[in-house]
Formats: sequence, structure tokens, C-alpha cells
Amino acid sequence: MLLNIKNLHVEIDGKEIIKGLNLGVNKGEVHAIMGPNGTGKSTLAAAITGREGYDITEGEIWFKGTNIIEMDPDERANLGIFLSFQYPVEIPGVSMTNFMRTAINAKREYNGQPTIPAGEFLKMMEEKKNLVEIHSKLTNRSVNEGFSGGEKKRNEIFQMAMLEPSLAILDETDSGLDIDALKVVAKGVNQLRSQENAFVIITHYQRLLDYIIPDFVHVLYDGKIVKTGGKNLALELEAKGYEWIKEQQFV
Amino acid sequence: MDVTNSDNILEQVTTSEYKYGFYTDIENDMAPVGLNESTVRLISAKKLEPEWMLEFRLKAFRHWQSLQEPEWAHIHYPKINYQDIIYYAAPKKKKELASLDEVDPELLETFNKLGISLDEQKMLSGVAVDAVIDSVSVKTTFQDTLARHGIIFCSFSEAVREHPELIKKFMGSVVPYTDNYFAALNSAVFSDGSFCYIPEGVRCPLELSTYFRINAANTGQFERTLIVAEKGSYVSYMEGCTAPQRDENQLHAAIVEIIAMDDAEVKYSTVQNWYPGDKEGKGGVYNFVTKRGLCKGKRSKIAWTQVETGSAITWKYPSCVLMGDNSIGEFYSVAVTNNYQQADTGTKMIHIGKNTRSTIISKGISAGKSNNSYRGLVKILSGATNSRNFSQCDSLLLGDKCGAHTFPYIEAKNESSIIEHEATTSKISEDQLFYCNQRGIDTEKAIGLIVNGYAKEVLNKLPMEFAVEAQKLLAITLEGSVG
Repeated sequence: MLLNIKNLHVEIDGKEIIKGLNLGVNKGEVHAIMGPNGTGKSTLAAAITGREGYDITEGEIWFKGTNIIEMDPDERANLGIFLSFQYPVEIPGVSMTNFMRTAINAKREYNGQPTIPAGEFLKMMEEKKNLVEIHSKLTNRSVNEGFSGGEKKRNEIFQMAMLEPSLAILDETDSGLDIDALKVVAKGVNQLRSQENAFVIITHYQRLLDYIIPDFVHVLYDGKIVKTGGKNLALELEAKGYEWIKEQQFV
Repeated sequence: MDVTNSDNILEQVTTSEYKYGFYTDIENDMAPVGLNESTVRLISAKKLEPEWMLEFRLKAFRHWQSLQEPEWAHIHYPKINYQDIIYYAAPKKKKELASLDEVDPELLETFNKLGISLDEQKMLSGVAVDAVIDSVSVKTTFQDTLARHGIIFCSFSEAVREHPELIKKFMGSVVPYTDNYFAALNSAVFSDGSFCYIPEGVRCPLELSTYFRINAANTGQFERTLIVAEKGSYVSYMEGCTAPQRDENQLHAAIVEIIAMDDAEVKYSTVQNWYPGDKEGKGGVYNFVTKRGLCKGKRSKIAWTQVETGSAITWKYPSCVLMGDNSIGEFYSVAVTNNYQQADTGTKMIHIGKNTRSTIISKGISAGKSNNSYRGLVKILSGATNSRNFSQCDSLLLGDKCGAHTFPYIEAKNESSIIEHEATTSKISEDQLFYCNQRGIDTEKAIGLIVNGYAKEVLNKLPMEFAVEAQKLLAITLEGSVG
């Protein structure tokens, strides 16, 4: 199993948000995590990627056979975990090209490889830009600075394509996207899908799942996965809303 | 920014402390400790100076004695005992040298450690270097190439001997010895420096460079630089500074004067990396420098670019006096302070002529327990019709124990002038750091990346090879400033 989360409990400022979550993801799979706002979807992403301030009080996160809960975020990233941010930050004055090159070389260093030759790097940039239909100009600009909402999200997928992670977590990548941008993002993801990697797609709506077909759909409610099903579960949720899940909980 | 370079820089961040902290064991020819009239006479005699030069020094010395050390800057340090300093230290000359081969190998080793070479390598990179080590200019390269263009680039002492008429005419014309306490001190005891003269209509084909380094213990370095750009000429001048690591504080009080005639342009770039003291604030260089450019001619232009990463104390305000109509003054600065460093730096733009323009871009970065102040004056005199100034002063804070301060002074006496001032203060956000971390970039590297991005506007103004060094320094200076 690529990712195996066992009985995960996560607190922020002493308040428990994730309350005993279990999730297993194999290579080649796409998992969608759905649920109403405030149920811990983004907290889950933060806990997997090791963000500071998210205290794991109980449980384990196994990735590629290692329990990673003590690892620094950069090490987890270099091990193959990628997060497509819900709100990508701007880094003024740092060009996307320089940023990407630094990231790729960090990963190569981690894997004991030499730095990437300039020619190879530029060729890779070209290739991956086409994948998400990113304009050349965008990569000459500073990281996310002055990017539109759609550009920021496409830029996240572009970075994912560059870094070739084994596990990609897409946190509300569809929020704020118009239908055309959504299609571009989905196309990028679908082209990157392989038997060697896996995706965890966090979303509020099933709209994105029309374009990225998940193998599993999980419903996260009150810090736990309360229901798991196939892609039809997403449609059911869309039709009925989350209320019936809540009701089932209290029955 | 070149990506390869930035990578090298970032790699170095994690490894080095103050990497220039070596000490060269060269026999020094030193003056006795302390300062009085006979010290001044001794320095002048050592340098075989003419009578008029000695007179200038003595006048400056007497004036200095009447002055009090200024205390208005936002810096705190124990009183300097001016009688406890050695004012002159020259590497002892063993014999006259016929070629570079005969230069003391240890001295050459010092230059190699500094990353500057006096040999043919520099020819390829097109840099003429005048190396000033502990006060005496050791060897000036490329004088022949420059001479063909009629450019004079030599040590100050040589200029006093060879070009007395130019020195008499211009020395002290922009920064008179009466200007301030440290200018008076420098005028009395300056030991060497560089002189640069670009004749009318000549565009200097090389980046001129001076490398300063304080070596001997307890020596102050008091160099003087004088640059004269005649009508329609152009020169880009680079100054780099390092000092070996010592427990005691070393004093550095320099003067730089620039004069630009009609249509002349001078770019002056500094990368200052004097020893900043250790993590507890012990040792380090006290850097009290007076730099001023006079845009004497119409449409003349002087641009100061500085990257200040070193020194325990930096007190420095490279300024422009915009006398000629339509003249332009620019100031681009990055000042970084970490641990217990203190910097009070900025500029003065004095608008005298009509349609004069000035731009100030200042980027302060504070980390550790340091204090970083921008102090700037924009002064528009009554005759400066249609003059304009734009100032932008940004501060970036790393951590919560450091300070950033801004002291802008504006005096406008002409109603047609336009003055704009923008200021921001920001912190490196955890969001930015986590974003970098999530892409596999560790925190130290991430800070180097973010800080270089923040300072990019200024770094872009530096000559290419200097920009690379500056980027390295920014990253190295901030090493260990998080966590």
C-alpha cells in the first residue's frame, strides 16, 4: 500500500479536528474525499504533508513503508508527496523557473542524484507546460504573483507534472475554476495518472469528478470517514446533499 | 537570475559561517598605536607625500579634534577609543617588484581566498582590480588597457604623486573634511584608496573594481576613493569589502567622492561584507562611511547600488547632489542585519538644478536580534523647478526579536516638485515557507530564495558577477536565522 493512514487524530490549537481516520491508497488509484465544510478535509491534507500547527495526537501515517509523522515537510515532499494547494501563495521576485529548478534539484539531491542539466530542465518545462496549457510567459513571472485564480490552479498542476510525485493530494483544486479551466486541470491529471502513482482528490462538489473518474469516493464527516463507495456515491451526494449522511450518523 | 548560480548559492547557505575569516600572516609595517599630529605626519611621510597633502591632512586633523562623535543614528556601541587604534599598516615592502611573480606568495594567496586574482584570468572577465589590503594598494591591473583610453585608474597615493593637479582640484570638493566627524578623521589619516578619471567622451570598457580588506589586528582602514567623470563619459565602478574574523572591533571610516560633468554617468556598486561579529555580537567592523556624488553637469547621472550584509555597525548614506539641470540620482540598497548587527543606512538626494530626478529603492532585511534603519533625506531647493523624487522603502522581518525602522526626511522648497514616498513592512510568512517546503525545498534554502526574490529589484542593478556574489552573501548572512 502506498499510503496507509491508521486511526489518525489531529488537533489544531488543542481542538480535535480529525477523530480516528483510516484511509488506504494503493498505487494506480484515485480517491475522492468529499464532505461538508469544516469536517477536516484540508486538515487531513495538512497532516499528511506535515504542516506545522497540526498536531498528530494519535495514529500513524505510513507512506512507502515508513511512518512519516515525525518527518519534516520538505522530506515528505522529496519522498513523493505533493499537495496542490487550495490557496497557492505568492513569492514575489522568485521566478517560476528558478523556483521549479530549486525544487527539482532538492529532490534530486535527496535521491543522491546530480543537479539537473540546464537543457534537460528547459525541455521538461516545455513539455509539462503544454500538458496544462500554460503560457510560456507565466513561468517567467514570479511564483503565483498576479496570477488569476485559474492560472494559480493550473500552475499547481504544472508543478505536480514537473515533480512527478507518487502521491498527489488535490485540495479543492476545482474551487473557483470555470468549466474550461476545470477541463484543463482534469486533462492534466488524467494524463499524469499511471499505475505507479495515486491521487487523493479533496472536493466539495462532484463536478470535478465528472472529468477525473475516481476509483473510490469517501465521505468525511466530523473528522472521520463515514461512508465509502464508488463514483456513484459522488452523484448521490450531489443529488441528496450531505444531510442524509448526517442523519445516518445519528441514527 | 541565472538558475545555476542560484543553486550554488543555496547549496552554500547550509555550509558556511563567515567564510572570509582568515588572517594572512604578512609582515606589516605599522604606525604606533594612537592618533596625534605626529601620526598624521608619519603617515604622510611613509607615503612620501608632497607638502600640500600633509597640510590638507593636518587641517583635517585639527578640525576633527574640535568635533564630537555624532550620536543621532539609531545605533548603540561602546565609545570608540581613537587612541587605541593603529592608523597605518602597510605590508612591508621587501624590494621593488618587477612583475606579479615577485609579489609575496602569501599576499597572492589572500587574493585567491578572496576569489580575486591579479592575473590574466581577470582579463577574460574584463575586470580591472585595484586591491587595497590594509591601506596600501598592492597592485593595479589593466592600467595599460585603460591608459589607451586615457583613463586613469590607480591608487590614491600614486595619483597624489602622478596627478597632483587633478587631486588638488577635486579632492574634498564633494565631501570636504569639515563635512562630518568621520570624514574629518579620514581626511587626516587616510592611508590609500583609488582614483579614477574618465576623460571627456570616453566610455570605460571595463568594470572597474576595488577590493578592500582589513587584515592586521587593531588597524583601522581609512581609504578614499575619488572618481571624476568628464563630459559625456561613463564608468561602472565596483567596490567589495571583506575583513578577517577578529574578536576586537575594527574601525573603518572611508570617503568616496564622485563628480559627474555634463552628460556623464557613474554607476557605483558596493558589496559590503565586513566581518559582522559573532553570534553573541562580539567583534565585527564599525563601518562609518561618507559617500557622496556630485551631479555637477547637465544631464549627468550617478547611481549608487549597495548590498550591505556585513559589519557590526553600518553608518552610511551614499548621496547625490543634483546640481546640473536634468541630472539624475539613484540609490538602490539592500541592507541585511542578523544576530546583533546594527545598520543605519540610507541616502540623501539634494535637488538643486531644474528638472532633476531621483529614485530611492531601499530593501531592509532584519533577522536575529538586529536593528535595521533606513534614514533618508529628500531635499528640494527653491531653484529645483519640476524636480521629482520617488522613494520606496521596504522592510522584511525574520523572527520577532529584530527591528526595522524608517526615518524619512523630506524638505521641499519648490512648489512644482513632486515627491512620492512608499513604505512597506512585511514578514516572511509561514505560508510561503510551507509552500516551499511542500515542494521539497528546506527552510534555509526557502529563506534564501524568498529573500533574494524580495531584493531582486536592487540585485538586478548590480553588474552580473557582483550580483552572484551578492546573492550568496544574502543567503549566507541569514543562515541560522530561523528555527
